[in-house]
Amino acid sequence: MSMDYRDYILDHYRNPRNYGKLANANAHAEDSNPLCGDQLGIDLVIEGDRVAEVRFKGRGCAISQASASMLSEMIEGKPVEEVVQLGKDDILDALGIPISPARTKCAFLCLRVLHRSLALAGIEKPHDNDDDNDD
Amino acid sequence: MITSDKATNQSTNYRTTEEIRKDFPILTRKVHGKPLVYLDSTASSQKPRAVIDTMNVYYETYHANVHRGVYEISEEATAAVEKARVKVAHFINARHGKQVIFTRNTTESINLVAISWGGANIAKGDLIVLTEMEHHSNLVPWQLLAQRTGARLEFVPVTDDGLLRLDIYEELLRQHPKLVAFAHVSNVLGTINPAQEMIAQAHAVGATVLLDAAQSVPHLPVDVQALDIDFLCFSSHKMLGPTGIGVLYGKRDLLEAMPPFMGGGDMIRTVGLRQSTWNDLPWKFEAGTPAIAEAIGLGAAVDYLKALGMENVLQHEQELTHYAMEQLQSVPGLTIYGPEAARRGGVISFTLGDIHPHDLASILDQQVGVAVRAGHHCAQPLMERFGLSATARASFYVYTIKEEIDILVQGLQQAIQIFSL
Repeated sequence: MSMDYRDYILDHYRNPRNYGKLANANAHAEDSNPLCGDQLGIDLVIEGDRVAEVRFKGRGCAISQASASMLSEMIEGKPVEEVVQLGKDDILDALGIPISPARTKCAFLCLRVLHRSLALAGIEKPHDNDDDNDD
Repeated sequence: MITSDKATNQSTNYRTTEEIRKDFPILTRKVHGKPLVYLDSTASSQKPRAVIDTMNVYYETYHANVHRGVYEISEEATAAVEKARVKVAHFINARHGKQVIFTRNTTESINLVAISWGGANIAKGDLIVLTEMEHHSNLVPWQLLAQRTGARLEFVPVTDDGLLRLDIYEELLRQHPKLVAFAHVSNVLGTINPAQEMIAQAHAVGATVLLDAAQSVPHLPVDVQALDIDFLCFSSHKMLGPTGIGVLYGKRDLLEAMPPFMGGGDMIRTVGLRQSTWNDLPWKFEAGTPAIAEAIGLGAAVDYLKALGMENVLQHEQELTHYAMEQLQSVPGLTIYGPEAARRGGVISFTLGDIHPHDLASILDQQVGVAVRAGHHCAQPLMERFGLSATARASFYVYTIKEEIDILVQGLQQAIQIFSL
């Protein structure tokens, strides 16, 4: 399996979309990937049944940061009921490259933080199926 | 450093690296269709055929538990483990095999000292001196001890060049620490610390000294009597031996006075329902069935390194390190951390532009088959000292050749293209 660092991934890495924090966030979570040291925090403003605004802040490898940037574009303005359904395949589709087993934790960190933020806000049930056995 | 005299001898008894490589079966394999270039020996070394075969012979012809059976194969297994212990003792010039305690790894050796010696000798307000360049394994056990006892931890800072601030070390010694513990060779920066002088200075103020030799015993001659070290800890798997076994060396009077670490079989002399008495050294510290095959395998690894000669191992790695630092410095945007080549072992940590080390390691793996470590190398405080979250690290051993360093550099050039640096 060969991971291919496409231009759009490097573009998201170097020019992350929706980067920063939201003072008026009503959903927030953060986490890190202890193996790699990738760090990520997500702020959401949820208005009614939509994700009105999203910002993320983090540091780490191109895969973890580009995934977060792409995910932020995916969820901005979207109905909450669609956002809670987002899973690993959506991230892999957005990345569009094969991810080696050792790097899946980098790719899915953003997903884990997103779902944690929704769980902490009482919008979805906590689930920890993203923690292990990614490969 | 090697003298010209020894260098002459070496040409007659030192095998070429190409010959040595033939002893390591794994070096014939490919990754991503390319020959494996293994530059992560600091994390764990590869194993020569002699070590693998020695362990197989044990399993196939005389496997039995040790120190128990009165039958032939158990006696053979017991003798083989004890012979391996003596080989290790000779390798580090310990006075006696009893001073070599088999543990699981360096980490367990340090924890043994922290729990057993530390529990008996460290009290509230006592000072323990460590350094900023310690591996987590020589940091967290002392944090736990400090939490249990109320002892105080102080740290020798690291200069921008990756050297210890020995002036501050001397200041800390004036506060009469009970214990000084530091890495002989840094697993991140490669720095070879002046252990001989630092140990003598610590002894002059009455401190006990533990040396984390995980990165020195595999790579350079270590003589525990010349160093006058109190405790020395290292792992088999970083010195051509199997995983699952490590060593604690200690001065005999210290070990004799220490309470047991873990309770169980083998470590006792007599056992009653309410109290027991302890076995002699080294078994007092070896509760339960030991790692028998691994001990025997470690003995074979020691034989292998002895035949090469540790002066030769050191010289080979220093040549590679000089060459690698020259080559890496020619790569645009590359930053090397740590001291000049003359003051380090075969370890080079670096970053390349804004490419995260994990991306770099993935690219090197996939494009040119090079295995390097990426991350914080279990030394997060040191990373923070240099304002880093991670580095890539290439490290060398007896089987590393210059051509592999050239392939690393080619891979870095490809990474530059992929990331459009």
